Amino acid sequence: MYKVKVLIKRRQSILDPQGKAAEQGAKLLGYNNIKEVRIDKQVEFVIDVLDEQAAEIEAKEFCSKLLSNPIMEDFEFSLVKINGN
Amino acid sequence: MAIKFGVVVFPGSNCDQDAYYSLKKILGYQVEYLWHKNHSLNNSDVVILPGGFSYGDYIRTGAVAKLSPIMNEVKEFAERGGIVIGICNGFQILCESGLLPGVLLKNINLKFVCKDVYLTAVNTSSIFSQNINRSLLIPVAHGEGNYFCDDVTLSDLKKNNQIIFKYSSKDGDVDNSSNPNGSMENIAGIMNRKGNVFGMMPHPERVCNPLLGNSDGKLVFESIYKSLIK
Repeated sequence: MYKVKVLIKRRQSILDPQGKAAEQGAKLLGYNNIKEVRIDKQVEFVIDVLDEQAAEIEAKEFCSKLLSNPIMEDFEFSLVKINGN
Repeated sequence: MAIKFGVVVFPGSNCDQDAYYSLKKILGYQVEYLWHKNHSLNNSDVVILPGGFSYGDYIRTGAVAKLSPIMNEVKEFAERGGIVIGICNGFQILCESGLLPGVLLKNINLKFVCKDVYLTAVNTSSIFSQNINRSLLIPVAHGEGNYFCDDVTLSDLKKNNQIIFKYSSKDGDVDNSSNPNGSMENIAGIMNRKGNVFGMMPHPERVCNPLLGNSDGKLVFESIYKSLIK
């Protein structure tokens, strides 16, 4: 069994209005040095298979078919073997 | 033969009834609902993916709805040249499913925008916009309507005349002040290259009944109907 952690990041070229709003909030708090805030998504799940390569293929397909949209996002993920099967 | 419209109902659709009502009661067309778990379009000539918040807009707007069983039939229908229209969330679903290029990002000001806007048809010969030679007043109601695509796609859209509606002033000026959501080049609606799949963020189905004081939305549906009975 593998624990998967996915980070889905909006492309740098695409404006992140939530990041901009957070940046404005930082300014309102007086943190004038904070810049380039980007708000990304992290998704975690478990894949119940024995083979690491099979887990990797399945995780990659899940990320590209549903969790991210290639027009605006990139993703990266890590696999960690956990107890179980 | 009567032209039949099919309105797909996803969990979380909320403009399905507006579309059904306007098509049936105001325009007098034949229409039926199509449950998203169905595997048939019941011989519809035009399929409408309505507005709403399918699957709660989770992950991304339209991301889960594109996987609903009926979407296989919708894709096959579109490939055969069938007419598919996505309104608001329906437009988002069409982009997510790859039937239309691009994506609808969060509105640039992060606000849910709900108001009447003017649209100008920049292509007046498509199935969806025939003879629409004046600006239309149509409501928008969305949080993610900021159309975006890469530069190559944008130049293709222009080259192939795929941009149908742009946000404009009443007089048809396409400028920043008329853009409600930050959409690239004020894009409000586009079609695919073949010209049979169309998506728009504004809601024509909400402004068909003259009792509401505005029936500009009828022009879009009438355009489609006329193209089919020719």
